[in-house]
Amino acid sequence: MADFVSGFWNAYVMVLVALSIAFCVFILMSNMGEGKGAKKGEKVELHGHVWDETLAEYNNPLPQWWKYLYWITVFFAIVYMAAYPGFGNVQGFLGWSSKGQYEGEMAKAEATYAPIFKKYAEMDLAAVAADPEAKAMGRRLFLTYCAQCHGADARGAKGFPNLADNDWLYGGEPDMIKTTILGGRQGVMPPLGAALGSDGTEDVANYVRSLSNLAHDSLRAQRGQELFEQNCVACHGADAKGMHAVGAPNLTDETWLYGSSKATIIETITKGRSNRMPAFEAFLGNDKVHLLAAYVYGLSDKAGDK
Amino acid sequence: MAQSKHDFIERSVGWMIVLTLLVVSVGGLVEIVPLFFQKSTTTPANEMVKPYDPLSLVGRDVYIREGCYNCHSQMIRPFRAETERYGHYSVAGEFVYDHPFQWGSKRTGPDLARVGGRYSDEWHRVHLMNPRDVVPESNMPAFPWLERPVNASDIEDKMRSLNMVGLHKYSDEEIAGAKAALQDKTEMDAVIAYLQGMGLALQNVQ
Repeated sequence: MADFVSGFWNAYVMVLVALSIAFCVFILMSNMGEGKGAKKGEKVELHGHVWDETLAEYNNPLPQWWKYLYWITVFFAIVYMAAYPGFGNVQGFLGWSSKGQYEGEMAKAEATYAPIFKKYAEMDLAAVAADPEAKAMGRRLFLTYCAQCHGADARGAKGFPNLADNDWLYGGEPDMIKTTILGGRQGVMPPLGAALGSDGTEDVANYVRSLSNLAHDSLRAQRGQELFEQNCVACHGADAKGMHAVGAPNLTDETWLYGSSKATIIETITKGRSNRMPAFEAFLGNDKVHLLAAYVYGLSDKAGDK
Repeated sequence: MAQSKHDFIERSVGWMIVLTLLVVSVGGLVEIVPLFFQKSTTTPANEMVKPYDPLSLVGRDVYIREGCYNCHSQMIRPFRAETERYGHYSVAGEFVYDHPFQWGSKRTGPDLARVGGRYSDEWHRVHLMNPRDVVPESNMPAFPWLERPVNASDIEDKMRSLNMVGLHKYSDEEIAGAKAALQDKTEMDAVIAYLQGMGLALQNVQ
């Protein structure tokens, strides 16, 4: 505050503020002596101006209580200027600043919550996931920072992975989940439309659908298998079960990030896909991410074998 | 009883106008005018604060046209409850290239001051087409008509006029290249470019 380009502006503010207050005092002083107006039984003087034939105005002085309220505002202004910043570069005897107030608030919260986060940060992720208090905290964090993409129920949406199942693009081990949140992910499926041609693309789409026993044209699927082996196995693996290292999804299960319809698969192959999970390390810090990772890990149904 | 002192003022309209103007201008003279001579309000907060590139500039105009400011503020106040959710509080030096600024005070939706990089481009695309596809609880309207080409016809004039009003110093080459930068872009691309650039200057600063 008050980092003016020249000292003139401090003086400018001070002079204007002081003049304003002095002016208010002057106005009040010069009106205090006006008395209390007409006494009981006395006739009140008229202003002398008559409107619409009979309409006139009493010339009463300002009410005393009203003037005293003004004196209070003058007094308040002086105390305020002395206590808080505002009078040029005078910081005020309270030493208050909005930044200072914010930092105090943060320090207080840090003292209260940091030990709790610390306690969990030192625990194993699987143990944190089993802790009900940690789970409640993780849920609050999840709803604030993650639900926009993955949904309040963590079941995701088209293009945004479901975190409540047992299917993982980059691996569902607790540490892997934490790595994903800390560093983010950039998922890229290259467009293969030009390489495969429209006929080849449809063949591959049929083959991909055949992998998870969806309705398909078996002749096209057969042709597609060959193309798949030439173009797709580098990421999706020879068995098409995907590869966590590059985030390539398993194509043989029932989980589909973008959809399993033939049209969607053809779109995916033709245009490719590019998706990004933002990194949260710098924003949230390790301790909060630790809780989040444990919460996400705890969401999956470990018993279900999908 | 003596004639009141205000009698003179109330009877001469000319003086009434002059003195009223004098009184109401004091607030502005003390509280607004000095801001134009304060470093924290007139210089960029850091080297990350840059003039908008043509695409973001068009996106900003689409943002204003669609009335996004009616529900979204762009100012994070220095309170823990806000900085925990959105990131570092906003500072004046982040908005030196905003004419006019979009701070706002209405938050039907969340604050957007640091939305840049928070979501993927794809998320914004899906979300603007139909917010409920990604956030089922959302009451934000859908903006499907943004999938149309941007209006690039006045971008050069826009940049030239910004050069006149603020700290902007778009070079002749930048202005000449603006139309090319908008080639084949949709309004959706423009809004997303604008959103993704928002608040990066103090992102991840504790």
